[in-house]
Amino acid sequence: MKILITGINGSHARMVALRLLAQGHEILGIDRRPWPDAPPNIHVFQTDVRKRPAADVFRLHRPDVVIHMATITHYSARAEERLRINLHGTRLVLDHCHEYGVKQVVFVGRHTIYGAAPDAPLYRTEDEPPLAVTTFPELADLVAADLYAGSALWRWPELKTAVLRLVYILGPARRGTLANFLEGKRAPMILGFDPLYHFMHDEDAVEAIIRTVDHQLTGVFNVAGPPPVPLSVLTRGTGRQAIPIPEPLFRYTVGRFGLPFLPPGAAMHIKHPIVVDNTAFRNATGFEYQYDAHEIMRGFRDG
Amino acid sequence: MWPRFEQVTSRDVLERLERLDLPFNQFGMDPYGVSKHHLGIFMTMLEVFYKHYFRVRSFGLEHIPKTGPGMLVSNHSGGIPADGGMIIASLFFSLDPPRAVHGMVEKFAQEWPFISQWFNRVGQLPGLPEHAIRLLRDGRLLMVFPEGARGLGKLYKDRYHLSHFGTGFMRIALQTGTPVIPLAFIGGEEAMPTVFHAERLARLVGAPYWPVPPYLLPFPLPLGCEIHYGKPMHFEGTGDEPDDIVEGYVEQVKSVINLLVARGRAIHQQRRAGADLDDKSDKSDRSDKSVKSEPATKS
Repeated sequence: MKILITGINGSHARMVALRLLAQGHEILGIDRRPWPDAPPNIHVFQTDVRKRPAADVFRLHRPDVVIHMATITHYSARAEERLRINLHGTRLVLDHCHEYGVKQVVFVGRHTIYGAAPDAPLYRTEDEPPLAVTTFPELADLVAADLYAGSALWRWPELKTAVLRLVYILGPARRGTLANFLEGKRAPMILGFDPLYHFMHDEDAVEAIIRTVDHQLTGVFNVAGPPPVPLSVLTRGTGRQAIPIPEPLFRYTVGRFGLPFLPPGAAMHIKHPIVVDNTAFRNATGFEYQYDAHEIMRGFRDG
Repeated sequence: MWPRFEQVTSRDVLERLERLDLPFNQFGMDPYGVSKHHLGIFMTMLEVFYKHYFRVRSFGLEHIPKTGPGMLVSNHSGGIPADGGMIIASLFFSLDPPRAVHGMVEKFAQEWPFISQWFNRVGQLPGLPEHAIRLLRDGRLLMVFPEGARGLGKLYKDRYHLSHFGTGFMRIALQTGTPVIPLAFIGGEEAMPTVFHAERLARLVGAPYWPVPPYLLPFPLPLGCEIHYGKPMHFEGTGDEPDDIVEGYVEQVKSVINLLVARGRAIHQQRRAGADLDDKSDKSDRSDKSVKSEPATKS
């Protein structure tokens, strides 16, 4: 099959590309960033998914499958840029999929869109509303992108659309939202709160995306690894020092004292858990995680 | 440094934790965030209250299923949810093997630092239908107080008078096919007699009420308490029945709890009359005695 991966230069997207290449698929990629040492048989088009050359890739190469991984978080871009890439980019990619006869599209999204709130259920199923739109306004563009991708399910039933909501990815690749949070020696906590954190290993996340392609999944699916662990266990397991901060002082300490910079909305996500129920995905694909929480944390620490 | 877990956890608790029906992983955590470590400290604290402060005696423990789901439905009293703590302790210290029970905590407590963290680590999750259904489908025991905060905050003059029961618990029991185990908690009303509600103080901390006993400090007195478990009640249905049918089922549960309360209060009077003698004699073999005691109800 001819598979196009958007945002192919992300470290997890590269892993997906290499795995699919090894399976004998033809791999195309779109990314603004160059991938100088890409294998010769992966064809990377250095362009923006929202630009004309990206549409040309769809028109001229006619991929069978598209894996959309060109989304970004508050760690790498400002609000307007995020909205352009996450929402408008997703919209254009889906439009191209429809227009140029793509058979299957996989949107790789995040579980954080469910949002952390004191009165939310611990385990979120796929039909839970995305509270992040109010609890963490900096994620609004990702919420919109996720819901927009999901709308392809009824707008274009002939296009097999899978919307994945992956828990935090952590491991030796050291990339992703949680890896950014744990980048420094110190990690903030809100005094008196120790929420459960749900994360999975790089390899498991890649495996889940590949299984989605293999099983031609249609629908919205939560994807998770081992059972969640408290933030205090996570910081200890990754060799970080947890700094408990009284909530009213939180906004004044982020980005200072060796703590990571976080938008104000992040306080909710350090205070309350976001944990997902991945039963539907496991039933549909037979996916089982290979790396437990201990291995993931050690992999990140030593990676 | 902090004292080691084994040093702050009693030997009885450590031994019982090993036999508890929870799937702890290598971090001593279960999938709902219950921590063996926190549970040990929590139970050690409850042990003092269960065995020595309230000197709780449990009757009808044979009605608790050894495995699988069950919904414990209780009257609520005492200003602070000490009754919930004692029911948890009862199933941990007087049942063999012990069983963990999940309570449904008022949602306002989730915003309180430390307290919410502890509630979550010992399996007391916010009171959401999603939690109840998931826990029961997972074969856990659930503890519900259908009176809610109305029951907890009731005044001493209304003691043991059951206030309005919601129907939510019954719909969940029907939907999940869970047996309902009615129970009566006796002694809580006398231990913490609420004579007055401090409304401003309650609003300040975001609680639905702030109980004030005659001695002002909202803390229960060391008076003896009993728990009477009734026979499991099975109801057939889907949970989508019209209100009048579900309310009929709720009334059945309520009337059994009323019976248990009436019977329990009679026993309580006897115990108080001969309190000292009685307590000394059964301290050593409390758990044996409570299991052997006659069933609490006949229906």
